[in-house]
Amino acid sequence: MRTARFLIAPVTAAALALSLGACGSGDGGSDDATIKVAYQKFGNFTQADELFKDVKVDFEEANPGVTVELVPIEAQQNDYFTKLALMNRSPSTAPDVMYEDTYMIKSDVEAGYLQPLDDYLAEWDEWDQFVDSAKEAGAGDDGKTYGVSMGTDTRGLWFNKDVLAKADLPEDWAPTSWDELLEGARAIKESDPDVIPFNMYSGKPQGEAAVMQGFEMLLYGTGDTLYEDGKWVLGSQGFVESLEFIETVFTEGLAPTPQQALDTNIGNTVQAEWLPEGKVGIALDGSWVAGNWLESGVAPWPEWSETMGTAPMPTQEGQEPGAVSMSGGWTLAMGAGSENPDAAFEFISMALNRENSLWFDVANSQIAVRTDVAEDPEYTKSNPTTEFFTDLVDVTHFRPATSDYPKVSNEIMVAMESVMTGQQTPEEAAAVYDEAVAGIVGDENTIQG
Amino acid sequence: MAVTSRGAARVVPLAPAVVLLALFMLGPVVWSFYGSFTNAALTGPAALNPEWIGLDNYTALFGDPDFPKSLWLTVVFVFLSAVVGQNVMGILLAGLLRSAVKPVRSIASTVVVAAWVLPEIVAAFAAYAFFHSEGTLNTMLAGVGIAGPDWLYSTPMLAVILANIWRGTAFSMMVYSAALAEVPPELTEAAQLDGANGFQRLAWVTIPVIRRSISTNLMLTTLQTLSVFTLIYVMTGGGPGTDSSTLPILAYQEAFKFAQVGYGTAIATVMIIVGAVFSVIYIRALRPEVD
Repeated sequence: MRTARFLIAPVTAAALALSLGACGSGDGGSDDATIKVAYQKFGNFTQADELFKDVKVDFEEANPGVTVELVPIEAQQNDYFTKLALMNRSPSTAPDVMYEDTYMIKSDVEAGYLQPLDDYLAEWDEWDQFVDSAKEAGAGDDGKTYGVSMGTDTRGLWFNKDVLAKADLPEDWAPTSWDELLEGARAIKESDPDVIPFNMYSGKPQGEAAVMQGFEMLLYGTGDTLYEDGKWVLGSQGFVESLEFIETVFTEGLAPTPQQALDTNIGNTVQAEWLPEGKVGIALDGSWVAGNWLESGVAPWPEWSETMGTAPMPTQEGQEPGAVSMSGGWTLAMGAGSENPDAAFEFISMALNRENSLWFDVANSQIAVRTDVAEDPEYTKSNPTTEFFTDLVDVTHFRPATSDYPKVSNEIMVAMESVMTGQQTPEEAAAVYDEAVAGIVGDENTIQG
Repeated sequence: MAVTSRGAARVVPLAPAVVLLALFMLGPVVWSFYGSFTNAALTGPAALNPEWIGLDNYTALFGDPDFPKSLWLTVVFVFLSAVVGQNVMGILLAGLLRSAVKPVRSIASTVVVAAWVLPEIVAAFAAYAFFHSEGTLNTMLAGVGIAGPDWLYSTPMLAVILANIWRGTAFSMMVYSAALAEVPPELTEAAQLDGANGFQRLAWVTIPVIRRSISTNLMLTTLQTLSVFTLIYVMTGGGPGTDSSTLPILAYQEAFKFAQVGYGTAIATVMIIVGAVFSVIYIRALRPEVD
């Protein structure tokens, strides 16, 4: 017993010294000859990992003496943001190059995590291959560019031609206004009351899918917007009218019942079951949906390319430019504390050259943002809907991804949910939204629409 | 002088433990308390220069309509699943198993302890699979012709409370088994001779004798249950809406979904206070220090 007690102190002290020593040796961080590349690797998403492994080999061959350290972060999207933010907070872990969502760029710029790339881009002869909307997506609030786009996505209407045929709607159906879209849905309901004519995601359980695929696809087609000149738009007519559209589809029974629509898994159900089985006529959804039906997807459906049609989501009354789309997408960005910015940018430019962008866009079902990739037959033929969704890039919008956006987005979900369940009228829900947003961002950061 | 140097010599072996505790336990607590008075965030301008904002987080928290609901759900969750569920189930099981024959005792205690042995994430998935609308429970109900509701959607609090009772009862059962074994048999026998029935023996002899164990166990299970996160997060994610968002879920959402670390730590501070209130009540009510 005495011996034991006698031993504890030195052993504990040694353990402490060892653990502190271990912390110390980890502090080295990026020395001159290393660049650290952080990215997400999770579940089925291994494309970034494959891309960076290849680029690492090429890069190290072209730059002897520089080592690329790959840091794959195995986490879901939200947790990835958190882990990346935590890495960025300490100089010893901050990456030189990171896989960064366009949605996080503005707030990460404000947080001081990113470094502007304008000087490098000015000298990069391939930068003019990138379309303007992609350049805009990588910009911070100060107008400088912080991220180089890897690819994007767009959103539009998917429809099952068999269901539409029963309602005497043509195979190349393409509504030019919300009214025509609603008429199409009503025709489907009349022809077969068991079919859900139109699906749009709505309510809190669908999260950002409801806001981006659902609400914003309506709002940005009214001519109004969420955010203008650095201020949040409150009390706009378009906001109320978008909620009225949601009220119409849910109260007329043109959409799934609120209980179905509030099931967390409805996204999978629509894509893997309802559309292939003809239980849904029209679906407002993303460009990546067909990925489910490929042989490698979760619900292989070889006939999908004959059965499914696509149409752009029309603007409210068909006003210019006639169609609307929302886009997200990921970029490569450079850490503010990078000690080797030249090497870091060279890595970015190598990872996103024509060949690598092409590989990544095809492998990850992305919409190309480089014109030379968009024209490449290997890309256009990778999927029959690729061309359609690529063309939507011309009319697409990006979310006002400021640091307040996640909370504002949450208020939009609340407004959608209270309208679709009939708890509030569109005007009431919009008033609640206005009050909540003014509370979140402060009255001085809002304008009346 | 001799006394002081002996005192110092005694402190030295303790120092590493004290340093470790201060570094890894006290440090985060103090930082969290300090953080709750700042607008610290994971991203956005406040991540660069967190500012001291005094009581703003607390003002905002008390003005948030989600907060009273979340506080209420936390109290309900702790009271029903820990104070009532785990403790009552634990003492009943311990009592019943004492008088059970050996094979029954071994089998029953193994089954109960299994839930405790499972890692929390596994137990949470098991509970999710059990209560899911097409899960084990509804499949069994369908077998006898009853269409069960979607438990996680229509009665989320009931589902998580039952799951937490299932998972935590083993701990209370073991504590009470040990405590009951310590009750001197002559006390209960004397009470029996004086004509006390079973309930009276439990209420007037057994419980007063084991009240220290009760107090300790209540405190431990309460504090454990107060911080339950994985179980609820996996089963319902705090939903539908905010119908099962207890304080840990709310704090996680604010700190990591909305990146408002300062606000999240304010919620954590409120949790510490709730835990302290429960502890004071137990200490006062059961007075474990008096014999």
